[in-house]
Amino acid sequence: MSGESLLEVENLGIDLKVEDRRYPAVKEVSFAIRRGETYGLVGESGCGKSITALALIGLLRPPLYIGGGTIRFKGQEIQAARAGVIRRLRGNSISMIFQEPMTALNPLSPVGRQIAEMFVLHKGATWKEAEKHAIEALAKVRVPAPDRRVKDYPHQLSGGMRQRVMIAIALACGPDLLLADEPTTALDVTVQAEILELIRDLSADIGTAVLMISHDLGLIANMCGRVGVMYAGRLVEERAADEIFRAPSHPYTAGLVASLPLLGARARHGRQRLQEIEGVVPAVTDFPTGCRFNPRCAARTDICIAEDPPETSLPQGGRVRCHHHA
Amino acid sequence: MLDLAPPTAAATAEPVLKIEDLAVHFPIGGFLSFGVQTVHAVDGVDMELRAGECLGLVGESGCGKSTLALAILGLQAPTRGRILLDGRDVSARGTDRRERARAAQMVFQDPYSSLNPRQSVRRTLEAPLKLHGITAKSEIDDRIAAVMRHVGLRPEQAARYPHEFSGGQRQRIGIARALILEPRIIVLDEPVSALDVSIRAQIINLLLELKETMGLSYIMISHDLGVVEHMSDRVAVMYLGRIVETGPWERIFTAPRHPYTRALIDAIPDPFGKGLGMRISGEIPNPLSPPPGCRFHPRCPEARDFCKVEPAPELEPVAGGHLVRCLRAGELARPAAGVSEAE
Repeated sequence: MSGESLLEVENLGIDLKVEDRRYPAVKEVSFAIRRGETYGLVGESGCGKSITALALIGLLRPPLYIGGGTIRFKGQEIQAARAGVIRRLRGNSISMIFQEPMTALNPLSPVGRQIAEMFVLHKGATWKEAEKHAIEALAKVRVPAPDRRVKDYPHQLSGGMRQRVMIAIALACGPDLLLADEPTTALDVTVQAEILELIRDLSADIGTAVLMISHDLGLIANMCGRVGVMYAGRLVEERAADEIFRAPSHPYTAGLVASLPLLGARARHGRQRLQEIEGVVPAVTDFPTGCRFNPRCAARTDICIAEDPPETSLPQGGRVRCHHHA
Repeated sequence: MLDLAPPTAAATAEPVLKIEDLAVHFPIGGFLSFGVQTVHAVDGVDMELRAGECLGLVGESGCGKSTLALAILGLQAPTRGRILLDGRDVSARGTDRRERARAAQMVFQDPYSSLNPRQSVRRTLEAPLKLHGITAKSEIDDRIAAVMRHVGLRPEQAARYPHEFSGGQRQRIGIARALILEPRIIVLDEPVSALDVSIRAQIINLLLELKETMGLSYIMISHDLGVVEHMSDRVAVMYLGRIVETGPWERIFTAPRHPYTRALIDAIPDPFGKGLGMRISGEIPNPLSPPPGCRFHPRCPEARDFCKVEPAPELEPVAGGHLVRCLRAGELARPAAGVSEAE
């Protein structure tokens, strides 16, 4: 991997431990994020994208454990780092925003104090200075009347405003990497557009790299430079965002793209029957042998059931994990 | 290419559902009669649903679309206005609740919380039949078997319980429950948004097939404009309790006139382009004190001073079947990029 990588994840495995058995919820996931880059992880619920992000900042909790692989941040391995080391990184160099800002914020503390805390904990500011910084931080995330809003409690704010507060907290210390896990799924579309724009603008200003996680392929393709597609705990394809819709390589990605009723498609081509992907997403305890997509795949042959496909580099750039990739 | 197939005979017939000046107001707060404020959740909606058509109802949270759906089903008493099913007023007091249940049913968003986990599928499906006077075991068996097949499940699976099914299968059960009384109208409240992305196409295709084969009419609530465009024949856009734009799907999606409709469409991230469309800022105002004049004016990039004062704009026709509630609708016509306007 290139030297300019900010984050390098290599063969990351995350195990789900149930009684004495370990199930590989995430297996051999590798990707790298460069400084200032916006990288997308897309997949359905249960594919492992969120726990991958949690693993990056040491927030995995039992019954989930790191099962193998390395996570290098700025060249330093952090997958087994001590809690104190991770805690200094978390919030300072790597920060995270979550899907539901109401549950991620402390309901008993004014939002200004929750932002100010970041400056006190990580930058050694006094509370008085920190509160001034908090007002500036709220202004940066385009909250109107920030000097009054800092005194509000989370329940007094709308969903969109709460997510702005979360972004203000996450970006307070000018992190190198922002993990955004479904940051707009709980929001209305017009508010989503504003929040996405805010994440894009502010991360570009500070030079923060973003790992954007979503189930929405359209959103990821629009926001990110490169995209990793996850299915059943595996990274099945990684491509440039503008290619993933035009020329998907993995049958799962291709199936997903063909199954989406994309805005504008009916006006251009008339109403086409949507292509269905057969079957259901398997549970973690029930991943099939060989290629994990094989029971649902139209291109399946014997080798797909017998052998786990290796990762292949594509001539047009990107990687795919499929015996019969396009 | 636009698929402007001539409307079928069924689609031009009398409306199966007609809503006239429907309003649902909720009193909030206060003590006895002092200090009570009113939320105008639905505030004067006129709407028609024709046989065999799918009407897409879009708008952001708090716009009143779910309250409107509940009112149609008789689960929420309207403050004023009328609801006519096949020309008969069902909103008046004293009308038979069961008659309405036979005419209109609902499919809920979340197939996990909308099925009783302690009832087998068979019990879930037979309860409405028994309530409606069908007690012969052979008829119940036949109808359950038929409806299971219609939704793509095997009749013997009716003996199972909800937890034995996947999310997509549970939504099929939800659809079967809505179909069991053979209603003409089904209200679909975000029918696929709780499902895995790779499962949604199955349910969308099923719903479109059922509409054709069983001659159903749908009112579909969804925030996913891709799904709305794909499924709808007509679309109504709601904002703060009122319809702000309505018309045939191709007009709404290729030649939207209301700035709010445009903002909704432009807000969808385009996977092929990085271009950002029109942006509106802010969020839906407090429904307790809606702004005067056009209710959208505080967020509208096109607002002028005359938009900010009463009287509020009316829903006015701009083309065949296409109505817009905007004082500037005439000036704001724009050709849609890449698509010729369909008249």
